[in-house]
Amino acid sequence: MMRFMLLFSRQGKLRLQKWYLAMSDKERKKMVRELMQVVLARKPKMCSFLEWRDLKVVYKRYASLYFCCAIEGQDNELITLELIHRYVELLDKYFGSVCELDIIFNFEKAYFILDEFLMGGDVQDTSKKSVLKAIEQADLLQEDGKERNVQ
Amino acid sequence: MCVADTARDVSGNAHCKSKEAEIKRINKELANIRSKFKGDKALDGYSKKKYVCKLLFIFLLGHDIDFGHMEAVNLLSSNRYTEKQIGYLFISVLVNSNSELIRLINNAIKNDLASRNPTFMGLALHCIANVGSREMAEAFAGEIPKILVAGDTMDSVKQSAALCLLRLYRTSPDLVPMGDWTSRVVHLLNDQHLGVVTAATSLITTLAQKNPEEFKTSVSLAVSRLSRIVTSASTDLQDYTYYFVPAPWLSVKLLRLLQCYPPPDPAVRGRLTECLETILNKAQEPPKSKKVQHSNAKNAVLFEAISLIIHHDSEPNLLVRACNQLGQFLQHRETNLRYLALESMCTLASSEFSHEAVKTHIETVINALKTERDVSVRQRAVDLLYAMCDRSNAQQIVAEMLNYLETADYSIREEIVLKVAILAEKYAVDYTWYVDTILNLIRIAGDYVSEEVWYRVIQIVINRDDVQGYAAKTVFEALQAPACHENLVKVGGYILGEFGNLIAGDPRSSPLIQFNLLHSKFHLCSVPTRALLLSTYIKFVNLFPEIKTTIQDVLRSDSQLKNADVELQQRAVEYLRLSTIASTDILATVLEEMPPFPERESSILAKLKKKKGPSTVTDLEETKKERSADMNGGTEPAPVNASAVSTPSPSADLLGLGTGPPPNAAPAPASSGSLLVDVFSEPASAVTQLAPGSQENFASPDLASSELVSEEPSEAARGADELTHKFVCKNNGVLFENQLLQIGLKSEFRQNLGRMFIFYGNKTSTQFLTFTPTLICSDELQSNLNLQTKPVDPTVDGGAQVQQVVNIECISDFTEAPVLNIQFRYGGTFQNVSVKLPITLNKFFQPTEMASQDFFQRWKQLSNPQQEVQNIFKAKHPMDPEITKAKIIGFGSALLEEVDPNPANFVGAGIIHTRTAQIGCLLRLEPNLQAQMYRLTLRTSKETVSQRLCELLSEQF
Repeated sequence: MMRFMLLFSRQGKLRLQKWYLAMSDKERKKMVRELMQVVLARKPKMCSFLEWRDLKVVYKRYASLYFCCAIEGQDNELITLELIHRYVELLDKYFGSVCELDIIFNFEKAYFILDEFLMGGDVQDTSKKSVLKAIEQADLLQEDGKERNVQ
Repeated sequence: MCVADTARDVSGNAHCKSKEAEIKRINKELANIRSKFKGDKALDGYSKKKYVCKLLFIFLLGHDIDFGHMEAVNLLSSNRYTEKQIGYLFISVLVNSNSELIRLINNAIKNDLASRNPTFMGLALHCIANVGSREMAEAFAGEIPKILVAGDTMDSVKQSAALCLLRLYRTSPDLVPMGDWTSRVVHLLNDQHLGVVTAATSLITTLAQKNPEEFKTSVSLAVSRLSRIVTSASTDLQDYTYYFVPAPWLSVKLLRLLQCYPPPDPAVRGRLTECLETILNKAQEPPKSKKVQHSNAKNAVLFEAISLIIHHDSEPNLLVRACNQLGQFLQHRETNLRYLALESMCTLASSEFSHEAVKTHIETVINALKTERDVSVRQRAVDLLYAMCDRSNAQQIVAEMLNYLETADYSIREEIVLKVAILAEKYAVDYTWYVDTILNLIRIAGDYVSEEVWYRVIQIVINRDDVQGYAAKTVFEALQAPACHENLVKVGGYILGEFGNLIAGDPRSSPLIQFNLLHSKFHLCSVPTRALLLSTYIKFVNLFPEIKTTIQDVLRSDSQLKNADVELQQRAVEYLRLSTIASTDILATVLEEMPPFPERESSILAKLKKKKGPSTVTDLEETKKERSADMNGGTEPAPVNASAVSTPSPSADLLGLGTGPPPNAAPAPASSGSLLVDVFSEPASAVTQLAPGSQENFASPDLASSELVSEEPSEAARGADELTHKFVCKNNGVLFENQLLQIGLKSEFRQNLGRMFIFYGNKTSTQFLTFTPTLICSDELQSNLNLQTKPVDPTVDGGAQVQQVVNIECISDFTEAPVLNIQFRYGGTFQNVSVKLPITLNKFFQPTEMASQDFFQRWKQLSNPQQEVQNIFKAKHPMDPEITKAKIIGFGSALLEEVDPNPANFVGAGIIHTRTAQIGCLLRLEPNLQAQMYRLTLRTSKETVSQRLCELLSEQF
């Protein structure tokens, strides 16, 4: 299972964090700091996997953003790499060529999409259509709510 | 959209000029929100949502949030989707599993789960999965399986329910009841909706790891599903096809599920083999797309298939094909693939079927070591070289590793040093090569050569007299270098002190030259090394009487006798006195050559295991043990008591000279056994010999003891079976003992229940800290044997004894023994001890008396071939009928007199009590005095019980 997923910028700003195992805030912060340092220090063209503590880390950079997942010893690195890619595709489809600012200002959407895709550290649905359909439905409900609000 | 507004409201933070400006602004905003929440006017839902959302945003910017939780919980009960959604998001991001709000949150979740509105249910399930606390498990673990298997549940809700249940099972497995639903969950593997299958497979995999029996049927279903996927055309699965690869995620998960089980029955197995072959074939086909996503997804499935092949380790053909495939990847232009291929090959190397095939890639791997630009890939290459090493290629691999070491990254040097040292020792045919290798190691990477490594080379040189002369000559030559590493001085000092005489005949290495050479390094060395050199000098006094006066002059000099360091000063004073007043006979006795060290697991190996985690290293070791067994013979363990007599510590006040034992003497082992003698009759085990460092007080006590103890687990493991045998026929005794710790046992059993008292005695005068004993049962054992215990106090005072009670319940018959693992800190070093706990099936015996007639009647009833197990074996102990009787009674069965027509035979009867069943057992032991053999026959109503009891009892005679 995936232990956590982090999105952070080249400047070391954390943009999104999702933890699939309960942990204290202090421990989380420490891990984020440590892992960001390790990943940011790596050169392009290096391998996307590394051993870190007792975990395997799979990361990939898209433009200015690093997507970084920590998985367990038995887990499959390549499929995790594609998991990241699928998530980026989902964001891209939803926002229409996504950029870092989309994720900053619409963080809740980024979370909702991630939740539809992954749950408790495992893939819930890999179909792009299913995930986006769920999000669109939620957006429709949101529009309803807004209208009512205006009235 | 409100959130975007919020974000801009709060900040433009991303663009804030300075950190201070940002913080100031945020604090202002937080104060504002706080006042809104506290204000008299009740906030409407919309504003509440807005402010909660702002808080969340601020949190995500990296600031701490300590309020607003209550408002978020309020949002959960809103009817508006957006408000509810933000409430749930806040909780899943910010609420830790131990929050007091959980009860309120649980209420809201309960309502949403009952709402039958799939969107609300989805939110609620996500929240449970995100928080995943025990309270939530208590509240919902019963409910969710029902939602999961209900006929009218929507697919999307089913998916969420499956993963939600998985999360709860991971946190609190005891709260998720197995039941009827499990078989229906297994059938979700057949579901039409691939999303449902994907989610369900994750759940089943984790459940199957813990309850393999319950989920056995998933194997054939998984195979047929997999088979349908791999044979489908790339468009069949529509949106579940990813870059022309059909359902890669699901395929990986199914292959992973199959790794929870051994190879399936022949029928299913054929089909699975076909699947695996198809996957291997597809790897050879030209790619359907140039996109990296295509090849990644395809190879993800391939690597998982290879993992399964390795896991089964039963199809030589597939193993070799897998190896060839990985061999291709070793030269692939994608770094990721090279990395994974190296990693995967490491496990292949340990299979006997593919070890040879892996070896053919040696040149490529060596090349990787030289050319890879990424250190993590080079690290994998080192691992693989280590794994593929055997006698045939050891020289080459060690040479290449040494080569690489000269330029290796600092981060992995120490590990390489350990690996080289292990391989050199293990595959040394000729020990001169071993000595050369280790000296090279010290020359190239002296700073990374840990104590364990140079202790070990000394142990080996001392134990093997064929290499001593060569070692002396080589270290002498190495010491000639103008700048040599301090570790070399240590090794050189020790070896010349023992064996300098072997090269003293050569005028180029006469005693005086040896001494001057060592002494020229003396002043550049640290205190421990100087202390070691002083011991070398006193050894020289014995070896070379002709330079005695030179040495005495050195010892007498102010820089020694008045040295500021107490240890050095004391040694100088004592050695000087010793050399002056002792007769040559006494000198010869006191300074005699070191006796051989007892053979045990290499301390270096133990260190590597500690560094890399035990599993990786042990696997390699175990599989290779047989292959290397023939090479490591030859060294015999020294008789322990001989060493105790002939190794007086040179600085101890044997001659009434000194001021008592030096401050850093290792803890005296003589006290062993004194702690628990009142409880147990067994005398404690003999004194264990110390490692080289502590034997001569060359090293500080920490180092010495850490090395000593790091070896204990293996020692214990080796003796483990023997120990278990010792306890089969008795319930009390000393289970384990080393220089620090003694573990004693007292136990009692009645029917299927038992209680064991474990006594931990601290034999030292120092406290043990963070003392944590843990009972480890394999999954299988756990389902058959229920052990319960309370943690003990983490501090054990010096000389004190603590007690731990283990309550035992036998649920059904079992063969393995639980492992007791003890970890604690002693004087700054971490100690780890593992021993098998002697809880064996026969403990649950109740004796049954019966007459001859009854006995034979029952004997006949149990005449199915599976019910009888027989063993013929040689007597290991004198064949005394009285002792045999006592053992049979100790074993737990009744001893039936006058039943067997042959009075020399023994028969017994009893019932094994388990929670699930009572198993009647009859046994018959027929001694054959002439042949010194026994025949033991067991008949019980259950095959596994007969088998296990026969094994246990056979070891007793």
